[in-house]
Amino acid sequence: MAGNAWRSTVSRVLGAVKNQTSVTRGFAGGIQTVTIIPGDGIGPEISDAVIKIFDSAQVPIHWEERNVTAIKGPGGKWMIPPEAKESMDKSKIGLKGPLKTPIAAGHPSMNLLLRKTFDLYANVRPCVSIEGYKTPYTDVDLVTIRENTEGEYSGIEHVIVDGVVQSIKLITENASQRIAQFAFEYARNNQRSTVTAVHKANIMRMSDGLFLRKCRDVAENYKDIKFTEMYLDTVCLNMVQDPTSFDVLVMPNLYGDILSDLCAGLIGGLGVTPSGNIGANGVAIFESVHGTAPDIAGKDLANPTALLLSAVMMLRHMGLHDHAKKIEKACYDTIESETVRTKDLGGNAKCSEFTNEICRRVQDQD
Amino acid sequence: MSMTRPASFSIASSGRRCLTMSKLIRPLFLRDRLGSAAQVFGVAGSSRRGKAWDSNKIIPPPAKYGGRHTVTMIPGDGIGPELLRHVQEVFRYSCVPVDFEVVHVNSAMTEEDDIDDAITAIRRNGVALKGNIETSHTMPPSHKSRNNLLRTSLDLYANVIHCQSLPGVQTRHRDIDIMIIRENTEGEYSSLEHESVPGVVESLKIITKSNSLRIADYAFRLAREKGRKRVTAVHKANIMKLGDGLFLQCCKEVASGYPDIVFDSMIVDNTTMQLVSKPQQFDVMVMPNLYGNVVSNVCAGLVGGPGLVPGANLGRDYAVFETATRNTGKSIANKNTANPTAMLLASCMMLDHLQLHDYAALIRSAILRTMNETRMHTADIGGQGTTSEVVQSIMRLMQGASLRSAAAF
Repeated sequence: MAGNAWRSTVSRVLGAVKNQTSVTRGFAGGIQTVTIIPGDGIGPEISDAVIKIFDSAQVPIHWEERNVTAIKGPGGKWMIPPEAKESMDKSKIGLKGPLKTPIAAGHPSMNLLLRKTFDLYANVRPCVSIEGYKTPYTDVDLVTIRENTEGEYSGIEHVIVDGVVQSIKLITENASQRIAQFAFEYARNNQRSTVTAVHKANIMRMSDGLFLRKCRDVAENYKDIKFTEMYLDTVCLNMVQDPTSFDVLVMPNLYGDILSDLCAGLIGGLGVTPSGNIGANGVAIFESVHGTAPDIAGKDLANPTALLLSAVMMLRHMGLHDHAKKIEKACYDTIESETVRTKDLGGNAKCSEFTNEICRRVQDQD
Repeated sequence: MSMTRPASFSIASSGRRCLTMSKLIRPLFLRDRLGSAAQVFGVAGSSRRGKAWDSNKIIPPPAKYGGRHTVTMIPGDGIGPELLRHVQEVFRYSCVPVDFEVVHVNSAMTEEDDIDDAITAIRRNGVALKGNIETSHTMPPSHKSRNNLLRTSLDLYANVIHCQSLPGVQTRHRDIDIMIIRENTEGEYSSLEHESVPGVVESLKIITKSNSLRIADYAFRLAREKGRKRVTAVHKANIMKLGDGLFLQCCKEVASGYPDIVFDSMIVDNTTMQLVSKPQQFDVMVMPNLYGNVVSNVCAGLVGGPGLVPGANLGRDYAVFETATRNTGKSIANKNTANPTAMLLASCMMLDHLQLHDYAALIRSAILRTMNETRMHTADIGGQGTTSEVVQSIMRLMQGASLRSAAAF
């Protein structure tokens, strides 16, 4: 164990130049703080499940639990509670459960608030087929990287005259540069061979054209990674016929939204898909993207897989690869064994039973 | 124009191998010829067109010149020219009374003369069959997509695609039967973009109440006509509250006038997820332009690929038929490997539009039998046949069908 810590420290120090995005903070062999936001609905129970599994794997993490609810700050602007912001700024790593957005609450969605507060500009969703959970698509192994701040979701809309509405899609050079840079860095750090830019520049010549130009410019600095461009409709067409032909996909906001959910559907849905949001200043928040499922909240029926896999993604980001591999293997093996599966995966085990089984497998591996 | 139903087919014994009509129906033919002449020289040639659309179908253009229709053909780029040549071959073989007026559009030209000529030809004939015209995105923004120009100038506001699982094609999902109706003229494809300051580009997405009402109305009418039970509107109104919100509101308004059809809505990202896991739940879907692009490509991929699904672009006065996914297929051009099914099925849709139902049924059944029974498949659906082999097989089956119907008499 000590050897591992020493090795990871050395690699952190020496590899800082190479692995900029994978390791952000940490002192020699010490415990890292992670802000955990349990969320609403099934959030608290799946967060507990993840903490339990991490304990059994003896991951050197200190959890700091915080809640986020929208509060009105000075000047009337909606913001997250200052304790949450402080904790996040200090630890730089967060794990978040599902947050509910009440309709007509008067404030924007919590996810949007978090995104704006920490400038979470990249949404990363690795979609890997789970061996134990069969879908019509096998051997899927791709990553969608979506620009998360602008594009079609800039929220700039107006009614020009009665019956005519205009929505503005915003593409800026800086944001496109930033996301392209992140995509290539991610590809390099995770030994990915190809980055594909998804666009519709035949129709939206200027906006997607700018995005594409920036991707091409960044690709010049990463000659070891293959760069291709593909139209959105061609990607959709080929994705449902042969998803194995894709590796890393980088795209603006709307296409990213659609494609990342499409890819999640390929591997089994939002209940088993991890997701990470990378922000400026080294902040990274990993989350489960499913809903709060209020109908099964508190009944010990929830499936913690999505949050667990997001936590594993977080471990990899922090450089704790061994722990990540151990927990991921235990999770996959449990699902594959088919004996202890939660209801949404086709079994009838409880959340606690599923969690215990994973803990047992983790400890068996030591 | 009444449908001249040929009383019998016979194989001509002269060197020309073609299906000809017997002498019996010639008197009927003459009557039609006079009838159509009256239509042409009566009120201006486009008298039938331009009338307010009643609740019945689109009125097809009158057949001038001896009961033969003239259809504009735009070969386009990539595999378009060769596939349209095969269509002409099949039509000649079955003696379909359609003449093609071929208009070439050079996609590399910056002047819009070519596409203007094509648009004029379509205005003249009312119906067109086209391949996809390539849009190189290295051209400046002032060079608009030719296909888009065609659609907006002719106001072809509805793009209709019918994705059906074919028994002979191996796919991951079975029993898919989805009709997709996509708004074809506005939305994200308005091509209104500007660079406010260097490095900041705005692209406008326009949604209007009139177009949304129009497409929703078309969707519900089509659903009713085809006996469909459910219409799903696809949108992203949780984020684009005003734009897609307006679209959704229009759909709901129209839905209230069709109580026999169930109406629901779904957010586009959830829709794509549902499509790859449980596509059988969808019946008819209606949506704005960009989501239509995504969903129609996903559905085409689910039923077997871009080579199988035809599409129609319909307006009040004009109809243009092409493949559903609008691919140029540059990489397989002129290699005799493209799948002719989509283009041939599109030509059958065109024949149905011209009320030449018997010819359409004959060709369509030959295509489907080639696909499902003889299993002559091109490479894109896992076979080893070439394009010409598939077309030959289709023509052979058509001949067999006509022989059988001749024997019945």
